[in-house]
Amino acid sequence: MSKEEKKVNRRDFLFTASYTVGAVGLGAVVWPLVHQMNPDKAQQALATTEVDISQIEPGKSITVLWRGKPVFLKRRTQEEIAEARSVSLKDLPDPEKDEDRVKKGKDEWLVMLGVCTHLGCVPLKDKGDFKGWFCPCHGSHYDLSGRIRKGPAPTNMEIPKFEFVDNNTIKIG
Amino acid sequence: MSDQEYTPKSKAGKWFNDRLPLLTLGSHLTDYPTPKNLNYWWTFGGILTFCLLTQIITGIVLAMHYVAHADLAFASVEHIMRNVNYGWLIRYIHSNGASMFFLAVYIHIFRSLFYGSYKSPREVIWIIGLLIYLLMMATAFMGYVLPWGQMSFWGATVITSLFSAIPLIGESITTWLWGAYSVDNPTLNRFFSLHYLFPFLIAGLVILHIWALHVPGNNNPIGIDLKKPSKDTVPFHPYITIKDAFALLLFMIIFSGFVFFSPNVLGHSDNYIPANPLVTPAHIVPEWYLLPFYAILRSVPDKLGGVILMFGSIFILFVLPWLDTSKVRSAVFRPMYRYFYWIFVVDVLLLGYMGAMPAEGIYLVLARIGTIYYFLHFIVVLPVVGLLEKTDPVPMSISTPVLSSGADPALAKKDYDKI
Repeated sequence: MSKEEKKVNRRDFLFTASYTVGAVGLGAVVWPLVHQMNPDKAQQALATTEVDISQIEPGKSITVLWRGKPVFLKRRTQEEIAEARSVSLKDLPDPEKDEDRVKKGKDEWLVMLGVCTHLGCVPLKDKGDFKGWFCPCHGSHYDLSGRIRKGPAPTNMEIPKFEFVDNNTIKIG
Repeated sequence: MSDQEYTPKSKAGKWFNDRLPLLTLGSHLTDYPTPKNLNYWWTFGGILTFCLLTQIITGIVLAMHYVAHADLAFASVEHIMRNVNYGWLIRYIHSNGASMFFLAVYIHIFRSLFYGSYKSPREVIWIIGLLIYLLMMATAFMGYVLPWGQMSFWGATVITSLFSAIPLIGESITTWLWGAYSVDNPTLNRFFSLHYLFPFLIAGLVILHIWALHVPGNNNPIGIDLKKPSKDTVPFHPYITIKDAFALLLFMIIFSGFVFFSPNVLGHSDNYIPANPLVTPAHIVPEWYLLPFYAILRSVPDKLGGVILMFGSIFILFVLPWLDTSKVRSAVFRPMYRYFYWIFVVDVLLLGYMGAMPAEGIYLVLARIGTIYYFLHFIVVLPVVGLLEKTDPVPMSISTPVLSSGADPALAKKDYDKI
């Protein structure tokens, strides 16, 4: 190629402009096609659930469905709370204090997503090496605070956004 | 083959072929020169074509009766089984057909590994084949979700959650795949749509696979290049078509055995329980054809690491033609590779067995050993064996060893690099 040919000319401008407009147009068409797969408005509308907790005895737990996922609500006994708090943070793969996983003054209520953080199975209650939960799929053990202790799961079971509407009602979401 | 000009005999045929060379294409199914020593391991290409057509035809019929909705899917499958005329037969052919499809594809792949069919100049055939295999796995997985039983639901949850292992964007990707905050109706709906689409993509790739095959022509059990056509080749029709047809009949006997006598033996009874998002079955097991990869996933005690190794175990196959340093194709002339080949076969079977067992104790230890060996085979064994091995003399042509009762070193090529 000679030097003359390398000079920017009107045709190069036309090429660049056409490619740019073409790319923007392509993007504008592709994005709706991609985004339509994200949760729709009907799915987003299911975002909160209110739960009556007046019937739950200490030491017992219930499971409710929120956004298609199970949520564990466990009313822990004083011994269970004490045990969850006696663990040294150094022994935890995902260090987190029990105090940070419950609402202040409502320490007995553990509310968390009943979804194993490994590959999404529902762990079984009162099982495993740490008296908390055990996931049968790939063998993750969780303690009385829902923290991962042993197995392939990388993090503690997730605490969803929730609040106490009154003493007997919890609103999740 | 491509340098051979085909001229139709009839005037009308010539007129048409000059305008659209469809009859030239047809000659690839008749005159196409094929090595005369192809054994029965070479009949699985035809068998696989049959499997794909069976799945497409039965699948289109099932879609006429199936309802892709979380509340109705399970019942609609039972409706197919009980009310639709011959619905039970069509569904059992479709569900067992998936297993037979994988059985055939694994034999096809391992045949390629033994006879070196993935090596130059057939790398592109191999890679297209692997793409077909990937699409097959995706299609089979999504098809397994459609009956919306317990295994469907939890299998879908576990497999889609694999993507959540990707750092930073993993969670957004899983939500996007689900179209919800868990596996739910939108997930079922889109899986149905894609399950219908993918077989046609596979069909397109199959055409490319065969096209790429017909450029260099078939490999053969002794893995040498042939002059075509010559006394080493026979026309595809009737020699290969009749052999393929016979093998297909035997295959269909086994297929029918499953469909009519034990249609559920390859499935899991938990899938006859409707999906329940609150209860995970005690043992989640994928279909048998995915078990070796499942074993690799579970053998790693780290989420991201497990996912990377599992996908890596498939993607490493794409670079196989460049990892194998041996110039000799067929294991028949490779005394060292022959043993490692069978060790590898046993290793994959072992991984498959471990995938079906609970991930604990001795099973976990064996699964880890199996996983390590799987990767060693590709990364260490293949490159090193190819360099160290002293291969046996390779014959000049297919006819030579036959005529001189065995490989005569005097007739063999001295320069193996030129085969």
